[in-house]
Amino acid sequence: MHFNDGAIPEDYLGYVRHKSICILGGTILLFFMFVYSISVGAVTIHPYEVMQTLLGQSVSTKWDAIIWNIRLPQALAAVVAGVGLSVTGVIMQSILRNPLGSPFTLGISNAGAFGAAVSVILLGTGKMQSTVANAVTINNPYLTTMTAFLFCLLATGIILIISRIRGASPEVMVLAGVALSSLFTAGTMFLQYFADDTQLAAVVFWTFGDVGRVNWTELGIMAGVVLLATLFFVANRWNYNAIDAGDETAKGLGVNVERIRLIGMIVAALVSAVIVAFLGVIGFVGLICPHMVRRVIGDDQRFLIPGSALMGGILLLVSDTAARLIVAPYVLPVSVLTAFMGAPTFIYLLLRGYRR
Amino acid sequence: MILNVEELRFLYRNREVLKEIAFNIGEGEIVVILGPNGVGKTTLLKCLNRILQPKGGAVHIDGENLLELEMMEIARKIGYVPQRVETGRLTAFDAVLLGRRPHIKWDISEKDLKIVDSVFRLLSMEKLRLAYIDEMSGGELQKVAIARSLVQEPKVLLLDEPTSSLDLKNQVEILAIIRQIVHEHRIAAVMTMHDLNQALRYADRFILLKGGKIHSYGGAEVITPRVIEDVYGLPVVIGEIAGMRCIVPESLEWGCTGSHI
Repeated sequence: MHFNDGAIPEDYLGYVRHKSICILGGTILLFFMFVYSISVGAVTIHPYEVMQTLLGQSVSTKWDAIIWNIRLPQALAAVVAGVGLSVTGVIMQSILRNPLGSPFTLGISNAGAFGAAVSVILLGTGKMQSTVANAVTINNPYLTTMTAFLFCLLATGIILIISRIRGASPEVMVLAGVALSSLFTAGTMFLQYFADDTQLAAVVFWTFGDVGRVNWTELGIMAGVVLLATLFFVANRWNYNAIDAGDETAKGLGVNVERIRLIGMIVAALVSAVIVAFLGVIGFVGLICPHMVRRVIGDDQRFLIPGSALMGGILLLVSDTAARLIVAPYVLPVSVLTAFMGAPTFIYLLLRGYRR
Repeated sequence: MILNVEELRFLYRNREVLKEIAFNIGEGEIVVILGPNGVGKTTLLKCLNRILQPKGGAVHIDGENLLELEMMEIARKIGYVPQRVETGRLTAFDAVLLGRRPHIKWDISEKDLKIVDSVFRLLSMEKLRLAYIDEMSGGELQKVAIARSLVQEPKVLLLDEPTSSLDLKNQVEILAIIRQIVHEHRIAAVMTMHDLNQALRYADRFILLKGGKIHSYGGAEVITPRVIEDVYGLPVVIGEIAGMRCIVPESLEWGCTGSHI
C-alpha cells in the first residue's frame, strides 16, 4: 500500500509554527527571568551590569563575588532543577498514563527525606547554629546527600521490582508509589520522635527544598544528569506519543511498551533522586508545569517536553526569586512557594477529572 | 496469498486459549472472525501482529515469518486498529501522523506529511485535520484510528470490532470505507465482529471460532443455521431482505421459524 498523491498541508505547518513560536517565547522569557533573578536580592544589581559580569567584563569585584559565588549558581540550580523536575513529571505522566504522575507520586522525595533523617539522626550529620538567618546547618552535607540519594534509588528499585512481578501497569506503579510514600513518611516520623531538638531542626531544614545550597561541583553533576536525561526523553518523544495513544496502539506501531516504560522510569527516577538529594524536597513543580504547558500547546510530546522543560525552569526561577523578595531580608525556602502553588493545582486536577 | 497462518497456538497462564489455527488470506480480501464472547477472537487478532506472543505455529506475510521479525518491522507490514481508541489533546493530523512511527528514524519528513495528507483525502477527512480528537464523535475517532493504521502503509489491516461503538450510519460508512480501501489498494483485512449481518454484507470469508479452534472457515456458504447454532448455541433463521442474506434468532412468538423469514 503506497500513497503518493498528497501535498504538504499549509494549515498544519502554520499550526506547528505557532507551537514553535510558543517555545521560542518561553526561551526568551526564561532568559529575561534569569537575568532579573540574578539582579534582585538583598542588594539590587542593574540587569545591564549583570549581563556585563556574565560576559566576563568585570564591573566591580563586589558584584563579581555576589554574582559568581551566590546568585548565578542559585539561579542556575533553579533552572536545572526546574527543567529536571518538570521533564520528569511529563515523562512519568506519560508512561504511568496518569495525570497525577510526578517524581513525588512515586514516593521518591519521601524516600530522600527519610534518607536525610537517617543521616542526621542516626549518623549525626546535623547541628544547630545561633544565627537566625541560618539557624541550622548540616555539618556533613555529602553524607546527608549520599544517604538521601541511596534511599531515593532504593524506592525506585522497590517500585521496579514490584512492577516486574505484577507487570509495569500504570496502576501498579502509582499505587506502589503511594505505599512507599506512606512507609517512608512513617519511618521519618519514627526517627523524628526519638530525635533531640537539634537533630529534629536539622531534618526539617533539609526537607525544606532550597536551590541556594548547591556548589558549582554539585551543580555540574545535576546539570549533566538533567541534560542527558532530557536528550534521552526527546529522542523517545515518538514512543511516548505512541504510549499516550494506548498500549495496544503503541504495540501495533512497533513500540516495545514495557521496555520504554521501564527505562523511562529508571531515567526519570535517577533525575528526581539527584535533584532531591542535592536540593531537598521541592514539591509540585513536576506536576504543575506539564499541565500548564498542556493547556497551551497540547499533548504532543514533540512540543510538550521542551515546553515543560522551559516552564519548569521559569516557574522555579520565579518562585525562588519571589522567595528571596517576599520577606526580605529573610529568604524563604522555594519549596514553600511551590507547595502553595501546587496544592491548589493538584485539587483542581482532581476536581476536573483525570484527563491527562 | 498475503497472510498465511499455520498451526497457531496461544496459552494464557498455561491454559490453551487458541489451538490449531490455520488459514490463508489473499489480496483484496476481507476476513471476519466470528464467535461468542470470550472465544478468543481478539486474542487471535493480536497474535497475528504479536501484540500477544503466540506459543507455537507460524504467521507468514509475503513469505516472511512474523514471529522472527522485530516489532517495528511487523508494524511496517501490519496496521492495527484497537477496539478502544484513546484520546488526548492532539489534532487529528498529529494523531494520524503517529502512524508513521514505524517509518520515522529521528523526525518526520515531508514524505510523511504528504502520506498523511493523502490518507485524509482518501477518507474525505480534510476538514478534520486541525480538529482536536478529544472533541470528536465516536465515528470521527474511528476514522482517525483507521487513518492512523493506513499511513503505516500496511499489507494487512487488523481491526478489532471496528463498529462496536458506532450507530448504524457510522457502522455502514466505516465498513464501506474499509471495503473500498481493501479492494482498491489490494491489501487484506482481518476483522473481529459480533454483528453477523454486517459480516455477511462486507466480508469475503469467515472464520468461526469455537472452544479456541476454528469451527468453520470459508465463504458465505459456511454461514448456515446449523453452524451458527453450533457456534453460538442459538437457533437462527437465515432469510433474504432486498436481495441480501440476513440472520435473525429463531422465535416462535414472532413467527420466525424454519429456514426462511
